[in-house]
Amino acid sequence: MFYRECGQFKSGYAADQAIFPILQDKIAMGVLLAVAFIVVPLVATEYWLGSILIPFLILSLAAIGLNILTGYAGQLSLGSAAFMAVGAFAAYNFALRLPMLPLVVDFILAGVVAAAVGILFGLPSLRIKGFYLAVATLAAQFFITWGLTRFGWFSNNSASGVITAPRIMMFGYELTSASSRYLLTLSIVAVFALLAKNMVRSQIGRAWMAIRDMDIAAEVIGIKMLQTKLLAFAVSSFYCGVAGALWAFLYLGTVDAQAFDLNRSFEILFMIIIGGVGSILGSFLGAAFIVLLPIFLNVVAGLFGSSLHADTASHFEVMIFGALIIFFLIVEPHGLARLWQITKEKLRLWPFPH
Amino acid sequence: MAITGRRVGETLLKVENITMRFGGVKALTDISLEVKQHEILAIIGPNGAGKSSMLNVINGVYHPQEGKITYKGEVRSKMQAHQAAAQGIARTFQNIALFKGMSVLDNIMTGRNLKMKTNFLQQAFYWGAALREELEHRAKVEEIIDFLRIESIRKTPVGRLPYGLQKRVELGRALAAEPELLLLDEPMAGMNVEEKEDMCRFILDVNDEFGTTIVLIEHDMGVVMDISDRVVVLDYGRKIGDGTPSEVRGNEEVIKAYLGTSH
Ligand SMILES: Nc1ncnc2c1ncn2[C@@H]1O[C@H](COP(=O)(O)OP(=O)(O)OP(=O)(O)O)[C@@H](O)[C@H]1O
Ligand SMILES: [Mg+2]
Repeated sequence: MFYRECGQFKSGYAADQAIFPILQDKIAMGVLLAVAFIVVPLVATEYWLGSILIPFLILSLAAIGLNILTGYAGQLSLGSAAFMAVGAFAAYNFALRLPMLPLVVDFILAGVVAAAVGILFGLPSLRIKGFYLAVATLAAQFFITWGLTRFGWFSNNSASGVITAPRIMMFGYELTSASSRYLLTLSIVAVFALLAKNMVRSQIGRAWMAIRDMDIAAEVIGIKMLQTKLLAFAVSSFYCGVAGALWAFLYLGTVDAQAFDLNRSFEILFMIIIGGVGSILGSFLGAAFIVLLPIFLNVVAGLFGSSLHADTASHFEVMIFGALIIFFLIVEPHGLARLWQITKEKLRLWPFPH
Repeated sequence: MAITGRRVGETLLKVENITMRFGGVKALTDISLEVKQHEILAIIGPNGAGKSSMLNVINGVYHPQEGKITYKGEVRSKMQAHQAAAQGIARTFQNIALFKGMSVLDNIMTGRNLKMKTNFLQQAFYWGAALREELEHRAKVEEIIDFLRIESIRKTPVGRLPYGLQKRVELGRALAAEPELLLLDEPMAGMNVEEKEDMCRFILDVNDEFGTTIVLIEHDMGVVMDISDRVVVLDYGRKIGDGTPSEVRGNEEVIKAYLGTSH
């Protein structure tokens, strides 16, 4: 089958504004969703579901969050993990203190709390930019994780600061199997990814990109700097907050501030750099890349007859990440998502040059 | 030669005794001028005369230390740029200030942001009112795209366009706001003759069809004489001339300061 749009004429702006204006893309997306929702839970092992796919999906969600703030609105942040931590602890406290709330409501409220904290730490962005803003978000990273461990109330005074996440109930059933947790994660991530895609292709997304690309011009056409920037912080932190809650409840099964340290923030930043700054698709590609690379390296090592020593493997990982990040920053700032798009453009014309 | 007096109306904007300093540099000294409804006013003057600063003062990017601005009969003090936009003032920049990462279509759509009423939650669902609004404004933007004859590049990222087209897109973005007062900072700088002719045509058409009042800065005296109803001349931050193109051309001081030195 050819990847071609010949003969697909758009009859109106509605068709042209659709998420996937090209039929083949629509079909591909349908197939992808069918595989993710139906085939994967049937065929994937417990290990793949619980240790690879669930963290991949949750990190994709966090990467979407950071991408909204950094990729679309142009505000560099090194505090994504801290907002995940806020979400995790908030969800825990909602579950603990308001047990009648359904789990999904806990997750959404956790996102709302993270959004409020995000707005607070976004306030400096009205005065400072770039490097200095990054340093301010770094302060948020340390302050928030410190606060969550320092004050016992957040962790219900547990001695270690590490708490077991409550049992996961949905519609009266407890979700214990990896496949049920995977399906819940997948549903939440799919819905929020769609909402994010819609935002970035609407007025609010254009306003974010406008302040990213040329803030004076943005103001001159009537975009309010204060509101637009803070909304980017709020929405971004909401996404990170929900991701943090999912991480604690559906992946780790524990609520622990250590899971959301600076390394995690950097990991998410690398995901959007490799996957594509300013791209929802790129958030998934970047997360997949970073989650899958260690596994891939092990497989490659296996081909050479030896299993890689754990230390060597992680050194390799760090080196490859470093090289790739430098490559993408210099050569292709729009990451894997852009490479994918170029491939599609080529395919559209193939086999005719130009 | 434009016909003066016929369509020109009441005073739209009145600037009185504006002084604007940057540290020790006085960019504008005691400037007063008026802009009448529906007219095309050109501001001319040598480099560094304070022309761009004047536009920046009018649309709230700069805040002058002294002076008074009255827009549509309302005196305004410290107005922010986005408030000026809300009052119907749009502009383009001397150095193109497009949103480089966005397509032509998205740049012009962004120009309509003040006309969009749905909030981000509605937009997240891309449904009902949000979808309707997006499509309505898309149709409006397509009219502008047709008007400026840039149909073939609507999906192109503006960063990839040649300079002349970028200027045209920037005009489109300003027009998208359906402004009452349009400020153009050197809209024809760096263009070849044909591009200049096109741009002149667009400016005259905008003025004619939509009745938009236009203040433009331009170095090309031929263009200024052709399209403007009135000309204000600045030199070293002072106003040294104000009148019809032919009056200004005859003004001794202007000849000495500006026309004498060829640009
Ligand atoms: N933001 C600013 N900060 C400091 N000085 C400024 C600023 N903007 C303008 N100036 C100064 O004000 C004076 C007038 O500048 P302006 O840009 O208004 O001139 P202009 O008439 O537009 O010149 P050109 O024809 O070169 O565009 C110059 O001396 C300039 O250096
Ligand atoms: Mg200037």
